[in-house]
Amino acid sequence: MTSHWCDFQNTDVILNCGSNSVENHPVSALWLEKAHEQGAKWIVVDPRYTRTAEQADIWCPIRSGTDIAFYGGMYNYIIEHLIEPNLAKYQETGDMSEYNFEYLLNYTNASYLLDPEYEFDPATGLFSGWDKETKTYSNHSWHYQTESEENWDTTPTGDYAWVSGEGVPEFTTPTLQHPKRDMTLQDPMCVYQQFKKHYSRYTIDTVCSICGMDPETLELVYSTYASTAKPGKAGTVLYALGQTQHTYGAQNTRAMCIMQLLLGNIGVPGGGVNALRGEPNVQGATDMGMMVNEHPAYLKWSNTTDRSSLRKWLESQTYSDGYYTNKPKFIVSSLKEWFGDAATKENDYGYDWWPKVPSKTGDIDYTHISTFELMQQGVIKGYFNWGMNPCHSAPNAGNVRRSMANLDWLVVADQVITESASFWKAPDMNPEEIDTTVYYLPCALIYEKPGIILNSGRWIQYRQQAVEPWDQAKPDYEMCDLIWTAIVDLYKKEGGANPDPILNTKWDYYVDGKIDPRPVAWALNGYRVAGTECNTNSANPKTDLLKGYSELGADGSTACAMWIYSGMWNNNDAPLDAAEQPLCRRDTNDASGIGLNSNWAFSWPSNRRILYNRNSCDMQGKPWNADKKLMEWNGEKWDLVDQADFVAAKNGKPVPPNNKTFFMLWEQNARLESYGMVDGPLPEHFEPFESPTDTNPLNGAFQNPCAFGTNYESTKQGSAVDYPIIGTTYSVTEHWQTGGQTRLCPALVEAMPAQFVEMSEELAAEKGIENGDEVRVFNNRGSVVVPAVVTKRLHPMTINGEVKHQVGLTHHFGWADLFGTGDVVNDLTPNVGDPNSFTPEYKAFLVNIEKA
Amino acid sequence: MEMTRRGFLKAGGGALATAMAFELTSKSQAFALDSDQSFKLDRTDEYTNICCYCAGGCGSLLSVRDGELVNLEGDPDHPINKGGLCPKGATMAQLRNVVDPETREVVKNPKRTTKPLVRRPGATEWEDISWDDAIKEIARKVKDTRDANFEEVDADGLTVNRTTAIASLGGSQENSEEEYLILKMMRSLGVIAIDNQARV
Repeated sequence: MTSHWCDFQNTDVILNCGSNSVENHPVSALWLEKAHEQGAKWIVVDPRYTRTAEQADIWCPIRSGTDIAFYGGMYNYIIEHLIEPNLAKYQETGDMSEYNFEYLLNYTNASYLLDPEYEFDPATGLFSGWDKETKTYSNHSWHYQTESEENWDTTPTGDYAWVSGEGVPEFTTPTLQHPKRDMTLQDPMCVYQQFKKHYSRYTIDTVCSICGMDPETLELVYSTYASTAKPGKAGTVLYALGQTQHTYGAQNTRAMCIMQLLLGNIGVPGGGVNALRGEPNVQGATDMGMMVNEHPAYLKWSNTTDRSSLRKWLESQTYSDGYYTNKPKFIVSSLKEWFGDAATKENDYGYDWWPKVPSKTGDIDYTHISTFELMQQGVIKGYFNWGMNPCHSAPNAGNVRRSMANLDWLVVADQVITESASFWKAPDMNPEEIDTTVYYLPCALIYEKPGIILNSGRWIQYRQQAVEPWDQAKPDYEMCDLIWTAIVDLYKKEGGANPDPILNTKWDYYVDGKIDPRPVAWALNGYRVAGTECNTNSANPKTDLLKGYSELGADGSTACAMWIYSGMWNNNDAPLDAAEQPLCRRDTNDASGIGLNSNWAFSWPSNRRILYNRNSCDMQGKPWNADKKLMEWNGEKWDLVDQADFVAAKNGKPVPPNNKTFFMLWEQNARLESYGMVDGPLPEHFEPFESPTDTNPLNGAFQNPCAFGTNYESTKQGSAVDYPIIGTTYSVTEHWQTGGQTRLCPALVEAMPAQFVEMSEELAAEKGIENGDEVRVFNNRGSVVVPAVVTKRLHPMTINGEVKHQVGLTHHFGWADLFGTGDVVNDLTPNVGDPNSFTPEYKAFLVNIEKA
Repeated sequence: MEMTRRGFLKAGGGALATAMAFELTSKSQAFALDSDQSFKLDRTDEYTNICCYCAGGCGSLLSVRDGELVNLEGDPDHPINKGGLCPKGATMAQLRNVVDPETREVVKNPKRTTKPLVRRPGATEWEDISWDDAIKEIARKVKDTRDANFEEVDADGLTVNRTTAIASLGGSQENSEEEYLILKMMRSLGVIAIDNQARV
């Protein structure tokens, strides 16, 4: 989230799209209802009349998988109704009564000129730069035209003097290319004009035909949400997996960002692009970069092309302007924490000990979906599952268990015997033919160990240990330490394939000789290395924790695993006492009056509660909404209510307002058009991998030409001829994910004893199915039997002139022996995904149904 | 009137079960009107924690007596949930303890598995294994797999220090310190196939 849960109360219009937050993020309702009571309008765009729709003012049904058409139509509406009719008047008189032109012109790249080669061809559905051999884009023509260039001043008095410091690795500093701009927005190559042209095709009728919507409802949604374009008004968009789990899920997310930028809704109270994340510490795991190409704190992991050495990393990753000019400080401090004294300037701080991910065009992918193909091929032989259950949660789950049967060994750390731990016992598997050795390691529950957890709003909070783990269960940190130290001992004794990366890894997270998460918290916060006495003895603990990330150096003087967390654990007077750290603050006095709760816990980065908050003020530094103030320029300095997410002062001197409101980008303006995505600079509507229609009225590409995994044999694409019904999946409030926790709780199984397939009365009548009947839902990948729930919450839809049915399945049960069991619904979902994020397409696929 | 919980649920329907779920883990009988029963949070220590389900980050308060959890409820001071919990959050105590429907005694949740197990190749059942042996065997398998499948330098002569033979999945259920340790262990072994729930 760019904002946080309590900020929903500040909004004027709520848009739930791809999220059923009242059901699945119940605490959201507390804050949404508060806004609603204060007069906010509430819109739900969802295939089904959900528990959230029940609370809302407007429910607009949508065919699953057509969100970009919906957002594209919204842009077109905003351009036709708000921007075009008022632009000339604004330029003459400054009138912004209908639309916030100041935000669009100054804080986004609307005025930037694009490369003259930039083009989109609706006939092919392709942008410029397409290579049909590799089916990939070159993003060259998606960049800006350059007005002038500027080099870094690294002389002793320059802004970048630190680059010349002793200990800083050598690299060629970047050149800032100031983009050409046209503030009148008339140049045909400016982002605004190209954007306008692109979305002029997204008319109300076209959108309704694709999405299966009613024009009047759609116009009401557009006019209601677009009312937040007025300065001082805020709209919030709440999304979840309904947006991300598509072969264009990352573009769905970008589409929401663009909508919010067009309406001036990012960085303002009650605004933002708000991912309602579904795992207790998935925010933390994302921050931690626990993914193939990622590195902790939103840096990138080393690879074989543009990050194949420390120098190349620095040259490809360091931004020419904005806050990410500091990336060398973050990466060197990360290496210093990782390898300790073994990391020196001479050995590039140990950079080459990190494994390099293959990254040439055409190289093998190692993300989630692909790992099961690699098991089939015998490439992956050993597998760790840490509280994750792919035999239940991964798409095409039948393929997953058959792939895992090819493993030599599997280690599952969990609190129950999951479907993954017992994959060899699945109803359709023969254990005698499976040679995998499986270890089950029992883990402690959340209140049987202490530790740090982050919520969706980036709040870093602390879990106190209340009780000891039952029986032989252990915290994961202890398991991890046991395994790691046993491996290190083997390498010390026996040697083996290059032991250097292992033996040079610093692993000193002990208190009184016992593994302990608190010294790990020091590593995450960061500490000074040079001249620091470090002692983790509980009687006399000593370290030199950094106050915040502004103290980081690129010269090896500081160590920090997670620069964005710096400041969360920085009390050097009591370094082992969690209660004395910022993340444990419990002061509920909210001086902001708008729910920032700045004295409760700690919010990364630097305790900022609303990201990009400079955008809450105009070019003179006056808040768009004086009643909901995050900051104000008083003529001499900034009065800050939230922590500044911009340069408020430099060298101790206040910096007056300017247009650099998005300082995590080198442009320091937000991107309506972006060269950062692999599948196009603007979101374009494509059909799902399994589509119920044979028409894409908007372009000739039909599906995302870059969609990932479509060539895997195991995906077994089905057609609408055999499987005419649109399938999607969702959750119920009583259960959670694969049920390893909720099916362990008798009260929850009693409250919701089974999963189900929900369908319209019309489809049920057509198939002779009655409420409560057992129904077989099937496609090329699998078949499951679940009870039918026949409701008025789903309706047939007219898609491109044809009537289509949608069904939805809940997915919390499996064969694992808990209080409730059932079929694994993910046997049906396709193992294809988004080419940027590699997220699978769980939310739109094809099935057929029959009475079982 | 003495009404057993199960009888009440049959009478009242499943919907109420969630509303009352937090009570199910305590020995108190919510509907047995016994005025001289002592306050159930008497002589307890309180601990704060954060929910294990969605990423709302709701606060919970845990009451512990003699080393055992006797109550779990929403943290009334927490600015996000202000003392409330959803049905899942309200039943978190059942992850550890449940009330035996026969004896009405609080017992360890019988469906939770709290000892290490191993399943050998071709076997149809699990076997018990000690922590020591499990760790020893896992370390041996990791080392053998890594040693047989380690690439120090790739075909272009680039130092890559990686193994594609081991994969690691998960992390969103762990605390952040644990995430760092898992990541650090895997990367230092040379693992590149690392993923977690954030991917899906």
